[in-house]
Amino acid sequence: MSPESGSPPRPIAGGAAIAEPTFADVNRDVLATLRPPGNLYFGWMCVVGLILTCGILAWSYQIWMGMGAAGKRSPQMWAMYITTFVFWIGIGHAGTLISAVLYLFRARWRTSIYRAAEAMTIFAVLTAGLFPMIHAGRMWFAYFLLPYPNQRYLWPNFKSPLVWDVFAISTYLSISTVFFIVGLVPDIAALRDASSGWRRRFYAMLSLGWEGSDRQWRHYRRAYGLLAALATPLVLSVHSVVSWDFAMALVPGWHSTLFAPFFVDGAIFSGFAMVLVLVLPMRYFFGLGAYIRDRHLDAMARLILVTGLVLTYFYICELFTSWYSGDHIEKASLFWRLTGSYAWALATMYFCNCISPLILFSKRARTNPVILYVVSILVLIGMWFERFNIIVPSLGHDFYPYTWGVYVPTITDTTIIIGSFAWFFILFLGFIKVMPSLSIVEVKETIAAPMKDIRHAAHH
Amino acid sequence: MPPTTETILGVFAHVDTTVRALEELKAKGYHDLSVYTPVPVHEIEEVVERDRPVSKVRIFTLLGGLTGLASGWLLTAWSSLKWGLVVGGKPPIGLPVSPPYVIIMFELMILFGGIASVIGMISLGRLPRFRPSPSYDPRFTSDRFGVAVHCAAERTASVRDILRSAGAEEVRG
Repeated sequence: MSPESGSPPRPIAGGAAIAEPTFADVNRDVLATLRPPGNLYFGWMCVVGLILTCGILAWSYQIWMGMGAAGKRSPQMWAMYITTFVFWIGIGHAGTLISAVLYLFRARWRTSIYRAAEAMTIFAVLTAGLFPMIHAGRMWFAYFLLPYPNQRYLWPNFKSPLVWDVFAISTYLSISTVFFIVGLVPDIAALRDASSGWRRRFYAMLSLGWEGSDRQWRHYRRAYGLLAALATPLVLSVHSVVSWDFAMALVPGWHSTLFAPFFVDGAIFSGFAMVLVLVLPMRYFFGLGAYIRDRHLDAMARLILVTGLVLTYFYICELFTSWYSGDHIEKASLFWRLTGSYAWALATMYFCNCISPLILFSKRARTNPVILYVVSILVLIGMWFERFNIIVPSLGHDFYPYTWGVYVPTITDTTIIIGSFAWFFILFLGFIKVMPSLSIVEVKETIAAPMKDIRHAAHH
Repeated sequence: MPPTTETILGVFAHVDTTVRALEELKAKGYHDLSVYTPVPVHEIEEVVERDRPVSKVRIFTLLGGLTGLASGWLLTAWSSLKWGLVVGGKPPIGLPVSPPYVIIMFELMILFGGIASVIGMISLGRLPRFRPSPSYDPRFTSDRFGVAVHCAAERTASVRDILRSAGAEEVRG
């Protein structure tokens, strides 16, 4: 947040073709993203809304018919819903990584994408949070998950990873939301000062009367730094806790100490892919090329490449650990995953997660929006299949042959899962027209502050 | 009768002129200042924060975090004593703490610490403000910097002079 002392103010991007924006330009350009949307936007909203409606209808059908409608039966009592739950939690990680970890490391390229990424985190966790409820069937009893005083002194079993998960996810959602809102306060004040009528009153209320005085900034910056410091261990712990939902169980293919770092890395990998899926159209349709430059795309592509290579390493580790374990059941489970009914899913995963990011070794691919978009979509597909491959085949081939089975998705659960994407996108589409999707304050911090004496600026 | 104080506002377009004005005011003994900036600027902070202690928000964070740790421990220990569910042949609570409960304590520490930091920021920054302070100008969230000086009525002329000679675009009040 603070420019390092003594260093000259650096431009936000390497490309010299586009003129450096000034402070007033930033306000103007970000406010332009909030102009009343056109037909294209409403068209998209309609498509997304229609898909969401199908999802809601499918969920209603499932509630009416029972969990059999979702293809739930022994042995795969955890299937598509838990897969998609883990997938969405993972998506959220990139947002917190960008907003907290890269903030602490003073990575200045984060400033123009962090707001969109943070919003993505919250919406992804909100989407993920639906799945335990959808999965539990009678979701009106979802409050049973929480520790609440009751007459019979029934409390959750705090030794169960599932209860850890409830705490981890709800803390993650709360802290991400707090962090997001704190970041928004000075920007909403800028919106307030540029708008009139009921919008002005609305933004004035949300901005808490922010004025940018020295007293306010002083406590704001300290609080922001502390929040980043708290969110950093949190982001690493959340997916570790999610991974323990599996790793603490004795099921072959799950019972592994590798799971925590493996899940965290995969989460960051898929999260950055989702950031690109959201940011590339934003940059194109809002004309934000002066802020989200090739340098930013390059940095994100590099992170996808690195986390993808680490993930490949983890896949090899996983295979080797099973093979070298000397455990018949573990080896049989692995062999079945590689050759059995779900081998096609494993092949898809290896192709999408290990092979497709390799094109990002080329500098030209890293700055080409079309290639980046295709790779990101492939990565998202691959990461969904990774969770599928962990959950479904492992449950389908455990200790007793008479419990083995193959799970087949139904139209109901597939529709609910596609509907969850619509839910996520409808939240995001709504957000970009109500709130600044580019941080006004942080983008200004990375461009040169206005100086009257140019020599003074250059020497400073 | 108490001495009347007045507020003089200087609006600046540049960081270096703002810094010049602040240095000048401090040297002349004016310490009751409010500085408005669209972003936190290092050069301005350096002058403003020179003789101030570090923000107290961190005390809020510390207390919130400790409260979270303690409540995580109390919640898990108390509730497992209320309903003695034996898992893996282990006692309901280990001393000082059962390893699985550390996770609950950690999560509540982060949660309470984070919320306490925001409460600290809001209360120390005197937020929310229901009406703008008299010296506030909407340009301060875009690209202008403001220096508001609170001084005795008879010294307003000298303050105006300092602000103008430092390079203020506009002086009012």
